[in-house]
Amino acid sequence: MVPTEAFVILSMVLFAMGTLGVLLRRNAIIVFMSVELMLNSANLALVAFSRQWQNADGQLFTFFVMTVAAAEVAVGLAIMVAIFRTKQSINIDELHLMEG
Amino acid sequence: MTVPSWTDLNLGATLPAVMLAIGTTLLLLVDVFLPKERRNLTAWLAMGGLVVSFVLTLATFNQQTTALMDMFIGDTFSSFMNMIVLVAAALTILISIDYMNRTGSARGEFWSLLLLSTAGVMFMSSANDLVVIFVALELLSIPLYVMAAFRSNNAKSEESGMKYFVLGAFASAFFVYGAALVFGATGTTNLTEIFAAVSSISAEGGASLAYLLVGAGLIVVALGFKVAVVPFHMWTPDVYEGAPTPVTAFMSVGAKIGGFAALLRVLVSALPTLTAGQAPDPVWMNTVMIISGLTMIVGNFVAVSQTNLKRMLAYSSIAHAGYILMAVAAAADPAQADAAAKAALVYLLSYTFTNLGAFAVVAAVEKNDGTGTDITDLTGLARSRPILAAMMAVFMLSLTGIPLTAGFTGKWFIFQSSIDAGLFPLAIVGVLTSVVSAYYYVRIIVTMYLLDGAGDPAQGATRAVNLALYISLAGTLVLGLFPILATNLTQAVTLVASVAP
Repeated sequence: MVPTEAFVILSMVLFAMGTLGVLLRRNAIIVFMSVELMLNSANLALVAFSRQWQNADGQLFTFFVMTVAAAEVAVGLAIMVAIFRTKQSINIDELHLMEG
Repeated sequence: MTVPSWTDLNLGATLPAVMLAIGTTLLLLVDVFLPKERRNLTAWLAMGGLVVSFVLTLATFNQQTTALMDMFIGDTFSSFMNMIVLVAAALTILISIDYMNRTGSARGEFWSLLLLSTAGVMFMSSANDLVVIFVALELLSIPLYVMAAFRSNNAKSEESGMKYFVLGAFASAFFVYGAALVFGATGTTNLTEIFAAVSSISAEGGASLAYLLVGAGLIVVALGFKVAVVPFHMWTPDVYEGAPTPVTAFMSVGAKIGGFAALLRVLVSALPTLTAGQAPDPVWMNTVMIISGLTMIVGNFVAVSQTNLKRMLAYSSIAHAGYILMAVAAAADPAQADAAAKAALVYLLSYTFTNLGAFAVVAAVEKNDGTGTDITDLTGLARSRPILAAMMAVFMLSLTGIPLTAGFTGKWFIFQSSIDAGLFPLAIVGVLTSVVSAYYYVRIIVTMYLLDGAGDPAQGATRAVNLALYISLAGTLVLGLFPILATNLTQAVTLVASVAP
């Protein structure tokens, strides 16, 4: 059986990749994908811990995370479409009407 | 695996939040069938939903019970939080009705979104399980993303929604990962069971303690994003400036109530015994202290240089998050936990009235195209709208924390609890930064009263907005003049009793 630590380390790597993606990438869609990667890395950790503890709570949590992530993306894509209509661009760096 | 019985579910305790959520869903449906010219009715129906929920909260105020198989706590702490957020939502409706109509962004969904967000705060303040906190956090946040971007074809509002969304989703991911690690360390997501497991894990150390420490840290980061504390505050000024003013008003209060409720529950109820090494204090005490001090300093000092009212109030709300965080730090001392939680509640209550009042004034002077929110636009307001200016002056004094206003009562309790907990440096930082804050709050009063100018006609000060202003003013003054009310209101509130082993 693969030890839990292996899954946790993999999930940490994925989480770090997602975090870096949010911080470094400029395209809004890629940023969303990075957030999804972060959420799914948490899912992986939850399922791994769930197996370790023989406790289904973690798997249950995963389903909530997936549902909420879907709701979040629906809202995010709608906002992005609205922004694209106004600005013809979804580059995050071009969102700088307000500063100071 | 047994089938849960009605007693396990104990649905009666959840009624305030559940009824609001059900009512909101119905409201969404009702709105579709209303004729276009009677759409204001939706707002008043939403108000009705809030009143029903408020009455149910009062009816269940003194309960001390768990529901939904221990995932949900109904106690005085959550009832008090519910009452604050319901009042905040009601005031927001009063501020919004005419504002949304005159800025051309009136749509029926707005009221449902506002109520959903309110329900999210209510679930969050009653959550006794990391899963519930997560879902409630999203129920609170997702409607706010939409509401921030609600003014269609307005680049600023859309930008505000986008920024709030990206950073909010980012913070949620931190929360989920933190919850996953806490689950990994303790094998449960229930706060009561986490509390039971923490002391032995702290004593043993090893990988479990590492998971628990990192997990708790990530959860604090995520909730810190939501309540806007330094260094997770970068989004706040932009989002607050771009969002429609009533939305900003609700965001500044609602998100804080939910965030601090969850923060107090997680840190004080579940992790008070999370220690590392020999130190007797929980490890999060120093972290929260440092964040609190930084938040007060950065928030107040940056607010001084702002020229836009909404931006200034954004930094002021960051600073106030720092003051409330002071109570969270004080709650690390087990002897002070209850008193500190009460102080946080009183502060949130007084901040709600004061801040919503201030934002109502901003909404009143704002032009239909979203301009007119610069501090200079208030020049001469005392001549054109003397009552409005006087109320704004009271709100500014209350935000500073001048005696006889609610802000003073709130700060009094906060400083007292932090001194009782031995956090003298933090209390000193708090007092000094309050002095700094006087500079930019009083500048508003000077602009209104002493500078020459024609004065803004404040066309947005309609009857509904005025009503919201009077209620906020009454709340601000009553809490300031009769601090005894605050102590009486929170007397029954206990936070730690719910998890006594």
